[in-house]
This record gives sequence, structure tokens and C-alpha cells, in this order.
Amino acid sequence: MNDSTAVSDLASLVRVDSYPTHEHEGIRLRHGTPLPFGATIVAGGVNFSVFSHNANYCQLVLFKKGAAKPFAEIPFRGLFTDPQTHEPLWGEFRIGDVFSMVVFDLDPESIEYGFRMTGPGNSATRGEPGIHRFDLTHVLMDPYTRAVSGRNVWGVAPNWQDVYPYRAGIVQNDFDWESDRPLEIPIEKLVIYEAHVRGMTKHASSNVRHAGTFAGLREKIPYLKSLGVNCIELLPIYEFDEMENDRLNPLTGERLYNYWGYSTVGFFAPKAGYAAVGRRGDGTMVADELKQLVKELHTAGIEVMLDVVFNHTAEGNEFGPTLSFRGIDNQTYYMLTPEGYYFNFSGTGNTLNCNNPIVRNMVVDCLRYWASEYHVDGFRFDLAAILGRDPSGAPLSNPPLLESLAFDPILGKVKLIAEAWDAGGLYQVGSFPAYGRWAEWNGKFRDSVRQFLKGEPGKVGEMALRVQGSPDLYASRGPTASINFITAHDGFTLHDMVSYNEKHNEANGENNNDGANDNESWNCGWEGPTDDTEINALRNRQMKNAFIMLLTSQGIPMMLMGDEVARTQNGNNNTYCHDNELNWMDWSLVEKNAELLSFASRMTKFRAAHPALRRRDFLTGRDTLGSGYPDISWHGPHAWHPDWSHDSRVLAWMLCGKHSKDDYVYVALNMHWDTHIFELPQLPDGKRWHVFANTGAAHPNDIYEVGTEPELPEQSHIFMGPRSTLIVVGR
Amino acid sequence: MEIETNSVDGIAVATIIGDIDGSNAAAAQSQILTLAQTCTKLVLDMSRVSYMSSAGLRMLLASYRAIAGKGGTVLLAGLSEDLSDTMSLTGFLSFFKTSATVLEGVGLLK
Repeated sequence: MNDSTAVSDLASLVRVDSYPTHEHEGIRLRHGTPLPFGATIVAGGVNFSVFSHNANYCQLVLFKKGAAKPFAEIPFRGLFTDPQTHEPLWGEFRIGDVFSMVVFDLDPESIEYGFRMTGPGNSATRGEPGIHRFDLTHVLMDPYTRAVSGRNVWGVAPNWQDVYPYRAGIVQNDFDWESDRPLEIPIEKLVIYEAHVRGMTKHASSNVRHAGTFAGLREKIPYLKSLGVNCIELLPIYEFDEMENDRLNPLTGERLYNYWGYSTVGFFAPKAGYAAVGRRGDGTMVADELKQLVKELHTAGIEVMLDVVFNHTAEGNEFGPTLSFRGIDNQTYYMLTPEGYYFNFSGTGNTLNCNNPIVRNMVVDCLRYWASEYHVDGFRFDLAAILGRDPSGAPLSNPPLLESLAFDPILGKVKLIAEAWDAGGLYQVGSFPAYGRWAEWNGKFRDSVRQFLKGEPGKVGEMALRVQGSPDLYASRGPTASINFITAHDGFTLHDMVSYNEKHNEANGENNNDGANDNESWNCGWEGPTDDTEINALRNRQMKNAFIMLLTSQGIPMMLMGDEVARTQNGNNNTYCHDNELNWMDWSLVEKNAELLSFASRMTKFRAAHPALRRRDFLTGRDTLGSGYPDISWHGPHAWHPDWSHDSRVLAWMLCGKHSKDDYVYVALNMHWDTHIFELPQLPDGKRWHVFANTGAAHPNDIYEVGTEPELPEQSHIFMGPRSTLIVVGR
Repeated sequence: MEIETNSVDGIAVATIIGDIDGSNAAAAQSQILTLAQTCTKLVLDMSRVSYMSSAGLRMLLASYRAIAGKGGTVLLAGLSEDLSDTMSLTGFLSFFKTSATVLEGVGLLK
């Protein structure tokens, strides 16, 4: 054959390593390959590979799906031949610290697997500290497992006596993505919608075929699209145990759940109970359902961001269960005191040892996996300040994990967003180690905007910083480092923020002691629901004002699921434990609060239409083009004369159209309880002011569709009602 | 699991009898891929399949890829509602034409 025309059939040549070399009780084996970690389908069988630095013995435990007892237990070892003496010699299937073995003739679909390990130290008893917690009686879940079974259907009580409650399974990753790839929408164009998979469609009003699932969420894609968001940020979808909480609601006696899911069982496995196909117990199908959701969101132009929790695991403290990490290598995976107690920077019992090189690699492998196998577009890191602590808990100036993620080749284009604080008191908003890549949840935006919105004095200067993308915090990083939000899952909904002064968390069963106390909320004159039409009108206006502040600020806006239809949690600002109407999106609100929904949708479209609102770099306050106008100019009731005084509650700014190849955009905020006349800055010759939104005007004149804004009859000034906001465009 | 093949109005029809999972998907696949070498239009009669695991779904999609690669079409006839739902949830359904019966499917492919 001529080399240039030869077609290699090496791909179909039978591999040498597809033949077993060893046997254990009739099961054929071979020394496996250490990489990749986890269970991988290979020619003839499955390659199992697991790391432990401290274990001195490991055996594989195989179950038929759901079986109470394993059908095989296979040590990672076999008979080799001594090269010198040619005598038979027992040797481990291990290279370095990695046990690996191929088991032949397995049907990957019908089995579950785990490990047993032994190592130094006595097996630590419950409640006692221990550097090592090896215990041959525990079957341990693979930290790299791509599927976890055991909680296949949400909320169904498991067999609490199961010897192996969360079971590792094997996934075939050959989903047909067709032409789908991560969208790579420039971050300044994102409008993020923070949502809970189950919460989106579990409510009876959702009218989807499979309520509360990935597939149910798929049916709501048209809604998201019409709302105008282009990124959905999902609360944790890594496998967690919603049943880990065994408390009851003291008011109703209902069971309380780990509903939010900030307690990871398996970092590489999607939550089976979120899949409509979860009940089938087929981990590959669960993966397929989630991938199909991602694919269809992408088709609709919507990115997928995952809220990921790498600061702790579901294993808890000394009193917690041994499920995986701590039975495999406690000292490697967790931050421990010298006595072997768990450090608790997460507020949940333990702290993952993220800057240990092994754990760091696991986090990197995990994110690579989600980016490449699930086409995920970005990650939001829960309590990310923990990821910058060294193994003894001290904050690092140059944390290797954060640097690795920022420069990782596979993660090269994904969005990295930090919740830049932790429960151990490390608060890094504005100072999170960013490497030019990381953005942050801007907690100061939330606080400043809430204070300004409710009319606190002395906040005009701060508000001016927030609408510019917080240059005080991100001077060297630009406004795209700022994820702007007023509400998130943690805290009041927007409706509750304008309806309650105090949190009302009695249903959480902690005597209203849980949840934040500094909510910067204002009930508009009455605590909770009221028939008072004036109060309700004010609340409605305040919610619209909030949407204007959020969506006209530089930086990346994020809104909370349901805020666009005034979803309420009855004043509960910490609903982590409720699997009920308190957390579920009530779709009847779409009709009931159509006015607010329409307002929010038009605002997202306004933002999309105006590049002046989505700058990559900070505005300068100077005329850098010779347009005759600064790129941003500040105003008050008198044009060109902002009122920075302590008692001022008014602020207006104008974005020069020429600087952003856009219309001129003028935004005025009157958070005073009186009407004010605002002088409008004079536009360049030939341009006229057109009103896009005025929350002081009655619906439907509160907001217009982009492109249909009516020209203002009076171009020199405008009346602004109490606590109202205005957007006019000059063109 | 068994597969019976025949031809209706010149169109290849394969009837799958029994559930398909990891234990038999490879065998089913090799039979269907063999058949796929000789046709560009294929009807798979699914009316006697009550369950397919993820391996079964992959067997179907590989058949589609083999035939679509030469410009052909695969049609699934008589899918149960349950199976159709599972295929829709996991993204497999959209690759295929479907029909209620084999005869109807043959009519669609002719």
C-alpha cells in the first residue's frame, strides 16, 4: 500500500490490554491505568482507579444495582512473577498512590461500585477526632464517580440501614451534541437568572409534564427567552441528599429538607432526583437528560452557569457519616486541626482542603469535566474565599487553586464567579484574587442599592459608584468583575424586600435566629400582605425602580427566579429547608403580575439594545472623543449639578451616545418621598429626548417597547413623582 | 431480545422483540448495523419493546448515525408512550422520524 492512500484500521485492531491477566474468584482482571480517576468503560471491561496517599490496602466492592449485599469484593492486587527468581509474587494493582484495576465482563449499566480501604490509625469513632478515619466496615463512594444512586427520586425516604447509601455508578459519556458548544457570550452582555431546578417547575401551576426536573425546566425555556435573560445560574445540581436534614417545621409539622443543595455528595455526578428519568436508576440517562437541557438552552441563546460548592462536603464534622472522602484519605481531603478535628470555615461542619495539590487537582478535573462533558458555560463558587485558604486555614495571597482555574486550558473561556466571602469571616469583595479572570458577586452593590432604594440619606455617592460598576472595588479589573444583584436565593425575594422590615423565619425551626438580620429592606408602611392600595402601589413601583437600578448599572446584572412576577417567601429570608410553595415558582403570578413581568422583560431588552449600559471598561467622566459630552455625566434636579449632599436622595446620570456608538441615555432616580422637577441636559443639535420608562407613570405608560419610545413634549425638564425612576433616550 | 428483519414495499424493516439494555445492546447493534450497510431507509418496529436502558438508546442512535451518514433515514414505528417519553427526555427522539405503525412508517419513507 502506498502511504499516502493507506487508511489505518488500527482503531479497530483489538487492543492487547483487552485481555485479562489475572483472576479473582472467577472474575477476570488486569492491572488498570491510573488515569483517568474514577470508573471508565474500556475494551472488555471497566477500569477503576482511585487515589489514596495514606491507605495501605484497597478493595473494590461490586453490587448489582440496588442489591443489599455486594456480589463481589476484589482486592487491588494479583499474582505477578518475580523477575529475578521467577517465583510467583503477590503485588498490588497500584502505581504511586493510585489503585487501578480493570474488571472484565461487567455490564456497566447494571452495577454499582465502591471501595473499602485500610490505613494507619485506629478507625475513629463517631464524635472523636482523627487524622485518619480508615475503617474496613465502610463501603466508600468514589470521589470521581460520574453517577450516584441512592436518592434517585426526590424526597423518597431511603433505606436508612443501607450499608452503602450513596452508590457510585458508571456513565457512558457519548452524548450526541451535534453542533452545540458553549456559547461564550461576552460577559458584559449577560443577564443572569438565578434559579432552582426543582423550584422552577414543581408548583402545580407550572403545567409541565415532569414537574421539578431538568426536563420540566426545558419546557420553560420560552419563558426565559421572552423574559430576556441569557444565562441561567442553577443552584447546586451536584448530587446531594435532600433528606440529610431530619428536622420538622414547628408551625406545620412538615418535614424540612436540604432543599437548596449546598452540601455535595458527589462532585462529578448530577443530582439524580432532578432528572425525570432518575427513577430508572440509570446514571447515563440522568446525564443525558441534563445534557439535553443544556443543549436546548444553548439553542435558545441561554448560557448555563452552575453554582458549585467546593468549600465542604456532606460528610459533616466528627459526628458526620463516613461516605467517601474521609474514609479514603481524611488527611488529604479535609482541613484538620492538629488533633484531627474538622475546621469549620464553611459553617457546615467541615472544610475541603482545596489548596492541597490533590484536592486542587480534583476541583480542576471536576470543572473540566462539567465544561467538556456538559458544555457548561460558567461556574459560581459558593463561599469562594475558602478556596483561597491554606491547609491550616490561613488566607493565601496567591492561592494555587484560584490561579490554576484562572489559567486552565479547558476552562479558558468559562466564566468564573466567586462568592467572595466565607463563614470564617474572610470577606474579599473587591480583593478576591482574580488573575484577570474572576468576577465576583458584588455584595456591596446589593447593600448600597437597597439602602438608596429605601431612601436612606447619605447614599448618593455610593450609589454613583455602584451604577458605574463599582470602580472603588474593581479599579484594575473593570466593571465586568462586578456581578450586580439586589436579591439572590440567600435573602429576601424582591417582593419581600419591599414588603417586610424583618425576617420571618419561624418555619425554619430555629426560633427565627437563622438568616441575615441586616436586610436593608423596607415594608413601605405595613409588615407583610395588605389591602392598602397605596402601599401596594408603592411596593410595585419600588420593584420597578429596583429593576431599573439593576439593569442600567454597569457590570453584570443577576436577578432571582420569580422576582419578575413578585414571588414571595412570606418574609422568610433563608428558605434553604422548604420543599413547598415557599420556594416554588408560582406560575399563576405570570398572569397576576403581568405588569411587573412586562416591565422586567422590557428592561432586559432595553439593556440588550444599549451598549452604553454594558461597557467593558470603566467610564471616565471625561470627554475622550471630543463629542462635547463626558462619557458619563452627573445630574440632579438641576442638570450638570448633582446633589451629593447628605440629605439628598436623588441622582441622575447621562451616558454619552457617541462614546458607546449608542443613543444618549439619561437615568434619573428620585428616591425622595416628594415630587421633584428634573432639568434634562441639553442634547446635541437635532437629537430629542424620548421617554422609555417612568415608574411614576401609570401602566401602560410606565415603560415602552424599545424603539417605540414617545418623544417628550417638554424637552427641558420632567416631573418625577415620589420614589420614582426615569429613563429617557436621546436620539 | 430478538431481531426479525424483512422488507415491506422495498423498505427494510427490523422488528425488535424484547427489552434492550447493557446485556444485549451490543448484539442488537451489530445486527442492525449489518442491516444498515445494505439500506438507506430503515424502519425499526419498536412496538414489542417495553424498555430500553441508556445502552439501548445508544444502539438506536448509532444506527441512525450509520444510516444518516449516507444520507438515509431511520424511522421508529410503534414506540410506547413511556419509551417515547424517555427518548424525548434524554434527547434521543428528535433524531428519528416516528410513526404509529410499520405500515404508516413505510408509507412515510417511500
